[in-house]
Amino acid sequence: MAQEIIRKKTVDTIKKQLDTELVERKKTMVEEGDRGVYDIKDEIRYRKQTEKGLNEAIVREISANKDEPEWMLEMRLRALELFNRLENPSWGPDLSLVDIDKITTYISPDSDLEGDWAKVPEDIRNTFDRLGIQDAERAESLSGVGAQYDSEVVYHSLTKMMQKKGVIYTDFETAVREYPEIVKKYFGKCITAADHRYAALHYAVWSGGSFVYVPKGVEVDIPLQSYFRLNAPGAGQFEHTLIILEEDSYCHFIEGCSAPKYNVLNIHAGAVELFVADRSRLRYSTIENWSRNMYNLNTKRAIVGEDGAIEWVSGSFGSRVSMLYPMSILNGARARAEFTGITFAGQDQFLDTGVKVIHAAPETSSNVNTKSISKGGGTAVYRSEIRVLPGAKGSKSTAICESLMLDDESRSDTLPIIDLQCDDVDFGHEAKIGRISDEVVFYLMSRGIPEAEARAMVVRGFAEPIAKELPLEYAVEMNALIGLELEGTIG
Amino acid sequence: MAFFEIKNLAVEVEDKEILKDINLSIERGETHVLMGPNGAGKSTLLHAIMDNPVYEVTAGDILLDGESLLDLSTDKRAKKGIFMSFQHPEAVPGITVENFLRAAIEELKGEKPSLLGFHKELVAKMAELDMDESYASRYLNVGFSGGEKKKDEILQLNVLQPQLALLDETDSGLDVDAVQVVSRGIKNFRSKDNSLLIITHHRAILNEIDIDRVHILLDGRIALSGGREVFERVQDEGFGWIREQADIELSEEALRQVAAESEA
Repeated sequence: MAQEIIRKKTVDTIKKQLDTELVERKKTMVEEGDRGVYDIKDEIRYRKQTEKGLNEAIVREISANKDEPEWMLEMRLRALELFNRLENPSWGPDLSLVDIDKITTYISPDSDLEGDWAKVPEDIRNTFDRLGIQDAERAESLSGVGAQYDSEVVYHSLTKMMQKKGVIYTDFETAVREYPEIVKKYFGKCITAADHRYAALHYAVWSGGSFVYVPKGVEVDIPLQSYFRLNAPGAGQFEHTLIILEEDSYCHFIEGCSAPKYNVLNIHAGAVELFVADRSRLRYSTIENWSRNMYNLNTKRAIVGEDGAIEWVSGSFGSRVSMLYPMSILNGARARAEFTGITFAGQDQFLDTGVKVIHAAPETSSNVNTKSISKGGGTAVYRSEIRVLPGAKGSKSTAICESLMLDDESRSDTLPIIDLQCDDVDFGHEAKIGRISDEVVFYLMSRGIPEAEARAMVVRGFAEPIAKELPLEYAVEMNALIGLELEGTIG
Repeated sequence: MAFFEIKNLAVEVEDKEILKDINLSIERGETHVLMGPNGAGKSTLLHAIMDNPVYEVTAGDILLDGESLLDLSTDKRAKKGIFMSFQHPEAVPGITVENFLRAAIEELKGEKPSLLGFHKELVAKMAELDMDESYASRYLNVGFSGGEKKKDEILQLNVLQPQLALLDETDSGLDVDAVQVVSRGIKNFRSKDNSLLIITHHRAILNEIDIDRVHILLDGRIALSGGREVFERVQDEGFGWIREQADIELSEEALRQVAAESEA
């Protein structure tokens, strides 16, 4: 079992959303050593944007732009107050460079929300096309598609069949307007503004995101996918995702995020609130691919009822700093949480990721399987908190964390906090840290495979158990990302 | 000019000389057997031929079709058509046998094999080795038993079709049935165009295979070379008799190795 840390604090993180300050911009060619299509910036005019920084006027402006009900504005203002009072966490990566006065918290693309892909402005459409994001009309493998560009969702669509079954899948602003009772009941109940500084920031300036409601007994057998693109430099993205599964239902939600590279700091502080009722199962898959100027301070949390299940699949690439610890609260008997995740930390990156699980009911189980890769002096930290409450008798928890360090300058740590308040618990934690063995490289080379490819093969193989859990397109994307990360750095 | 030739080769590991003045030549279509007591340097020779970075060639040359291999990296040597079956094959998690072999074929031949065609060929070759089709989708050597790993090496040999195959105790640790299967795999591979250099202690694997030449390695030198009769005599009597008949003067270490082997 690895080290324990003394300090802790409730912090989580997630992603998406953005802003911009450029009114005009150039289509920039990809620089050497860049991230291919992910780095292509668009020249798109923005319709609205707030001034940099954060104050009450800005929060009111965001709310007014969205024509929000009074209760939402009040929530925003309370969150702003909290944000001003809360400090950065005293542990983990250094966040002292995050200066909200230099961030544009809201920026709206010059586009309406469309249900017809053809009506989305061509430039934005091209961006998503390049990223391989299909519109729902073409994507046979998806039940619904949402696409957010900077602070606003530009496209949302759900198949007729799912609409008929009563499934709701829409952008968050529409949800606030059209389903106020549901939103009011759940919004901010899983993650509160008081949780930590960036949760407070999120609730003050949230914009965009997805809302999913699956009625009792309905299985959304084909996944829903939302993609979040932060195009603007010096911006923040603060999307809110709320998924509600009523009893006996199923849904697979796929979330993708990316941003091109700028030299100014961007921030992503989304929130994902997941409510999984009794006997329901939610699978939440994510591939995040941020540029290296991004502070990804995202919060994700699920509450699971009796015999329910939350399955997290998560790939974290890019960003300068990530703090992301999806939390599962196992609230009903026999509820279960699975977490499968991978992070890749390169030069100048500090990826502090992990999980939190609260076993709050008897015979609940959690199964954590994480991998991290670090190279070029990057730091990958696995940080977790598994807590078993006194009443959670007969619960089980296993965690396996594997780290692969590609050179001597990189760093990898495993920092689990284990808090067992109940005797009758089956608990296991295993951490392995390794390097690519010369013998394996020699073996692969002896079959004709060049050294760089042999090493890349070992890295891809290391990531394979995670890739296997992802939808095919995302597995392909992840392998491509690993390829980009390894290019010219190995061999 | 011989097809494959080793000339006055000396090899060191961590500044310790393991092989000295090795001379050996193999023609196309020939099968040679390399024997010797433990610690004589047999595996070292194969690893040096494949350019394992742990081993350093300090003198001499290794030639294929008259061209020196010494400046070529391991993968380039493989591309020249040299293959080594490892005594202890490495496990590579996350890479399936099929994907790995397809990647290797692509590197060796310079073009991607067709998905379906390659799969069919692989399955057929696995059937010849009594390997279940499911091996194709298992991760390379992960959780394989000793016997499964050896069979997998022979499968790779048959799929990759090198010109020169170096087999490092491919029969060790196998049960009788598995030895038969491996032996069949080697026989299938053998042709007038390709050559084999086999390290083995056992007769079973060579029962059905013609041997052209046998070399006895003692203390890092080839003490004696001969035909199949040398192999048979070692099988029957061990290495003791070589003391009298060696082609070279034996070092004290060589004599010690022979003595140790006789006791065992």
